[in-house]
Amino acid sequence: MSDSITIASDQQQSIPLWLLAELSYSCPLQCAYCSNPINYPEARSSELSTDEWKTVFKDARKMGAVQLGLSGGEPLVRPDLEELIAEARALGFYTNLITSAVGADAARLAAIREAGLDHIQISFQGSNQAVNDHFAGTKSFHHKVMMAKEAKKLGFPMVLNFVLHRQNIHQIADMLKLAEDLNADFVELANSQYYGWALKNIDALLPSRQQLVNAEAITNDFRKNHQGNMDVIFVVPDYYENRPKACCNGWGTTFVTVTPDGDVQPCQSAQVLPGFELPNVRRQSLEWAWRESPLFNAFRGTEWMQEPCRSCPEKEQDLGGCRCQAYLLTGDAYATDPVCDLSPKHSDIERVVASAQNIADLNDDGFSYDINKADDITQPLLFRNPKNAKILTKKIGEHND
Amino acid sequence: MINISDSTSVKLSSQFRFQWEEAQQSFVLLYPEGMIQLSASAGEILNRCQQQITIAEIISDLQTAFAEADPNELAADVREFIQEANDQAWLEIKHQKL
Repeated sequence: MSDSITIASDQQQSIPLWLLAELSYSCPLQCAYCSNPINYPEARSSELSTDEWKTVFKDARKMGAVQLGLSGGEPLVRPDLEELIAEARALGFYTNLITSAVGADAARLAAIREAGLDHIQISFQGSNQAVNDHFAGTKSFHHKVMMAKEAKKLGFPMVLNFVLHRQNIHQIADMLKLAEDLNADFVELANSQYYGWALKNIDALLPSRQQLVNAEAITNDFRKNHQGNMDVIFVVPDYYENRPKACCNGWGTTFVTVTPDGDVQPCQSAQVLPGFELPNVRRQSLEWAWRESPLFNAFRGTEWMQEPCRSCPEKEQDLGGCRCQAYLLTGDAYATDPVCDLSPKHSDIERVVASAQNIADLNDDGFSYDINKADDITQPLLFRNPKNAKILTKKIGEHND
Repeated sequence: MINISDSTSVKLSSQFRFQWEEAQQSFVLLYPEGMIQLSASAGEILNRCQQQITIAEIISDLQTAFAEADPNELAADVREFIQEANDQAWLEIKHQKL
């Protein structure tokens, strides 16, 4: 018991090393697995100003934050992006721009480089124009390719990020080839994780176990045969694990996210959790949010746990898994993440996984997917856009703000 | 495998940023979306690699700065760390023409 208390207070002293600044939820893309909240259009009228963001950066840096992710939506929609980068860089942040590259051109990338950006991460939605543009909901493939070349010309370290799901995972060899051709330093083949928009679309997006096995084998082959300078990371959706992931490296230990309208959260989706007033940088200091707020203290350490987590010998490793996933799948934010096979709700995950296998098996090889040949079983994708946000917010009424 | 001798000249790789972090009371190496917290001795060594420098120069500089340390042990620690740092791709290595 006293151990847990010590851990909790240690973590209260911990440093928010990683600040994710979601500069705007606006985005020219419409990805059906977007990590922004379902009701994202509501934040649009109250985005933080340039000066408010600078204060956030300064306060976070004072607390020891050192990595800054400039994200969105699409961060390039902010006309003050260059100014924000310059400020962050002057404060000593290592600055990472997480972008679709839509909204960039050669001159803007050069200005961003000049402002001091350290690293750029460009997302792709597929390995060719047809698939990329279909899942982005926007014609963007050729532009992304051009901007990736431009970024390397400017000398940026470059990460390419491919979000994987059932309908594009068969392209994995071509994705790796594209990344290699573009001289990426690092490739993330990251399966969508199922929150927010992705969870609404899970029946259309979750790959089958067989697809994952194939994709990982292709990735491993590539690693073996291309011992160049490009690092490759492959992220499995956690539905296929037996133990959950410790959310955000441990709740309130490392990560802090500030949303476009100033809410402060331990992760990108904590706004779904009921019963908490979100701290907001317009009302409270970032330091108060991190150290004192009920939200950040709610799930630090292990004191808050219920069974089966409370008496589990592995509770310090996975910390009961992701609170948002626990809430979204069980209705109880204090429950064991159902990804864990010790969770009484784990059978719900197994059911979704079995259904994904059944759908994938409809294709001849159980791996590929033809976007032009819609089957009768796969539900149509609900793309992220204001119209669908309205429909979902009304229909489900699940958001508590 | 690169053979590193005391006359080898090294410099911190431009892929990393090296800086002092007050909150952590240590030097760190920063790279895309990541950070390596350096031990006190690793920090002292890499702090001297921000400009091109030979291993011999690092050793003699540190022997002056830490006169209370055993000079031979210190030299061995530096050589071992440089090997490790090179394996981690933290350094750019140039062999000096003698």
